[in-house]
Amino acid sequence: MNTNMPLYELRDLSKSYWRGGESIHIFDNLNMSIENGDFIAIMGPSGSGKTTLLNQLGGIDKPSTGEVLFEGQRIDNLSQGQLAKWRAANIGFIFQFYNLMPTLTAAQNVELPLLLSPVKKSERRERIATALDIVGIGDRAHHRPRQLSGGQQQRVAIARAIVADPKVLLCDEPTGDLDRTSADEILKMLQVLNQEMGKTIIMVTHDPEAAKYAKTELFLDKGEFIRRERK
Amino acid sequence: MNNFSLVLSNLGRKKLRTALLIISILIAFLIFGVLGAFFKAWNAGTEMAAADRLISVNKINFTVSMPIAYINKVRSTEGVKIATHASWFGGYYQQPRNFVQTFAVDAPSYLEAFPELIFADGQREAFLSTRNCLAVGADIAKQYQWKVGDNIPLKSNIWRKVGGSDAWEFSVCAIFDGNEENIGANYAFFHYDYFNESKSFAKDMIGWMVITSDNPANNDLIAKRIDEMFANSFAETETSSEAAFNKAFLAQVGNISLILTLIIGASFMTILVIVGTTMVMAITERTKEIAVMKTLGFQTGRIFSLVLAESIIISLFGGLLGLGLAYLAVSAIGPMMATAMPGMSMSLQIVLIAIGLMIAFGFVTGFLPALKAMNVKIVDALGKS
Ligand SMILES: Nc1ncnc2c1ncn2[C@@H]1O[C@H](COP(=O)(O)OP(=O)(O)OP(=O)(O)O)[C@@H](O)[C@H]1O
Ligand SMILES: [Mg+2]
Repeated sequence: MNTNMPLYELRDLSKSYWRGGESIHIFDNLNMSIENGDFIAIMGPSGSGKTTLLNQLGGIDKPSTGEVLFEGQRIDNLSQGQLAKWRAANIGFIFQFYNLMPTLTAAQNVELPLLLSPVKKSERRERIATALDIVGIGDRAHHRPRQLSGGQQQRVAIARAIVADPKVLLCDEPTGDLDRTSADEILKMLQVLNQEMGKTIIMVTHDPEAAKYAKTELFLDKGEFIRRERK
Repeated sequence: MNNFSLVLSNLGRKKLRTALLIISILIAFLIFGVLGAFFKAWNAGTEMAAADRLISVNKINFTVSMPIAYINKVRSTEGVKIATHASWFGGYYQQPRNFVQTFAVDAPSYLEAFPELIFADGQREAFLSTRNCLAVGADIAKQYQWKVGDNIPLKSNIWRKVGGSDAWEFSVCAIFDGNEENIGANYAFFHYDYFNESKSFAKDMIGWMVITSDNPANNDLIAKRIDEMFANSFAETETSSEAAFNKAFLAQVGNISLILTLIIGASFMTILVIVGTTMVMAITERTKEIAVMKTLGFQTGRIFSLVLAESIIISLFGGLLGLGLAYLAVSAIGPMMATAMPGMSMSLQIVLIAIGLMIAFGFVTGFLPALKAMNVKIVDALGKS
């Protein structure tokens, strides 16, 4: 594999929806690449297509035309089953509203992705403990989401996203539901995951303060990207 | 954590709802178990019938008797292997509600014609050689706790002895049972000779004849021969296969099997709809969670199975509880009903059918929700916050 190869490459990516008899273009002929190890904050007005873009990168939605390449391989033409497998191996998702399973404990929520790979029981336990430790919530392993604050739930969600050791973390407004202090804690944590553990992070946010934690800022407006490197 | 604990955690989400579902399925299988046991007892007559046995009754009605002389004529008819006869005694023990279905039979030929009746060592011989012996079915013996050697007076509503007494003295010298589970042992019989000598009227008359043919294929021919032989006499006969006779007897009481099937069917349909709808609702509530699982990489097939498993577990759990209760109910009712509805018990067959039904029930109620879960679109479901 070419070491200069970008992690993601979008080629002439277009996405449009049919609504009320006319097609609405979210973006047209988008070309972009994302380097391994980057931490990107995607910003832009509501409805500009940030979530739609993230869904393309996460393989949970398909473009209308164009290609999405991950490590040089097209993922836009994979089947649903292949995509599920690919997501389990490569992607960690973090959502605005945490999306934890209410019936499972924190530890069980973190365990979910491990049910998708043949990990031994002893190793599983170790990985869960480590993931919970990294997000600083090891003492809440047996609590259910209902018993945790928003910030704590988001930590559990991050632990779930990293437990299977994916290359990429896709975060859709991960601090959108949190107060400033909790938000900063979560963002610092993402920064550590990016810098210390080499995770590539792509984060959608409305919050300019949050964007400051990223290495790269992308403004998405009317289907165009404006790119700004922070460092 | 594994698939099973995932399923259980989902069932534990709304405990009241899960409990209500389990209770409704429990009720369906309670009904199924009790009515099934009842149905089995009801049908025992036709199941017991042997292919080569014919029954010959008075053409007027099976309660009208015929002369004993008929039996020798039948025995010499071509194609007849064994011919025996029996007469209805009625009979009750101490009180009329303690009904004991009792026949007076031509002992040696009767035992020959009913080889499915088995005796403990020596009891068959004891019966044949003891004039006032009452051979008692194991079910009856158990119900009244009669043992070999007991002297039992039975009263008859029909038959009085010479001298006017309605109490007949018997000695229990044999207890018989069927060689298979579905052969009833809920009646008793004794020697026709004792009966005929002691009864005060209708001497030398018998109730009906039981005939075994040399070949079941000849049944119709033999029946015709016998009926023609007694045509235009004062007691004409009507001969048919034992199974047909038993069926016709049951038909006189009404088509109860249809009624039972309708009751069971209606209760199942109702509960099927309730459980199915509830499961669909339960999955709709969880659309977002299912989308998250798919996002994590759970395959659609696995999601389908996980949801289907919920229904199957609920169905098996409720069903087995219901069947257990039915077993207790039947064990309690059975002995009380032993005379009116003998042979009422929970057979292995009922249990196996019930378990099959539980699994089928789980599949039917789980299929739509599982399909719904499988088809959840991640983007749509996650878009709705
Ligand atoms: N399934 C769909 N069918 C039709 N239109 C859709 C669909 N999903 C998204 N859209 C439209 O696509 C556009 C982009 O949506 P998207 O959710 O990507 O915006 P966003 O930038 O994430 O907005 P926000 O900041 O509010 O989350 C919106 O106009 C939205 O209405
Ligand atoms: Mg969005």
